[in-house]
Amino acid sequence: MFEQFTQRLDNLSNGLVLRAQRQQVIASNIANADTPGFVARDFNFAQALQDANAGITHGTDPTATHNRHLRLTTSETGTGNQLAYTVQTQPSLDKNTVDMDRERANFTDNAIRYESTLRFINGHVKTMLSAIQGQ
Amino acid sequence: MSMFSIFNVTGSAISSQAQRLNVVASNLANADAVAGPDGKAYKARQVVFETVPMGSQAAQGVKVQNVFESDVPNRKVFQPQHPSADAQGYVTHSNVNPVEEMVNMISASRSYQNNVEVMNTAKNLLLKTLQMGQ
Repeated sequence: MFEQFTQRLDNLSNGLVLRAQRQQVIASNIANADTPGFVARDFNFAQALQDANAGITHGTDPTATHNRHLRLTTSETGTGNQLAYTVQTQPSLDKNTVDMDRERANFTDNAIRYESTLRFINGHVKTMLSAIQGQ
Repeated sequence: MSMFSIFNVTGSAISSQAQRLNVVASNLANADAVAGPDGKAYKARQVVFETVPMGSQAAQGVKVQNVFESDVPNRKVFQPQHPSADAQGYVTHSNVNPVEEMVNMISASRSYQNNVEVMNTAKNLLLKTLQMGQ
């Protein structure tokens, strides 16, 4: 019963973690806009969110080789090795593939989506509180 | 704590760009310098950036890997009456190209501004995150 209350909150928090991670990836791209040979990174947000909601973790998950080994689960939602390389729009002499216009647009877009996810969470918390209080 | 590492990443970028700006300032200041008593004139300096991993795969900072001196030949001007002229009457000037340096300066200052903006956005997002559930 109570899971139905928190299910949506779990999905939203997965989204928030992934938004924060994408924000970090884009910040790294902007920071390295003048580094020779740097290749811009990004990840498929929809796929990552689907995986996170389905409980699929990426990264170094220790495998148990004995049935009495304790199960270690990586609780953190992570993009792991899902990070991909962006396609170069305009070739440059120093082999840097950061497209500043695209990164700036992605950064602003991601910031707004992060904030809207936050608002959804806040709204959800308010709804739950009023349901609990029953007033 | 992934959002906090944005500050490390953009901070490293800002300090690298500031160093680049510093080098440009020193090049421009010495653009008209002539060879001193040792016969060697000022050589333009350039910085080389390098990516530094910061904790995770997603966080990639920047650092200045090296400051190298340009090997463009120094400008020689025929000025026999100049006190620093050599035996043939030539004065060796620095090899700074002021136009290149100005372009470099604009590029560095734009990158600096971009990173400051990234930092401000990250700060605002974190402050809003603090108010979650209120």
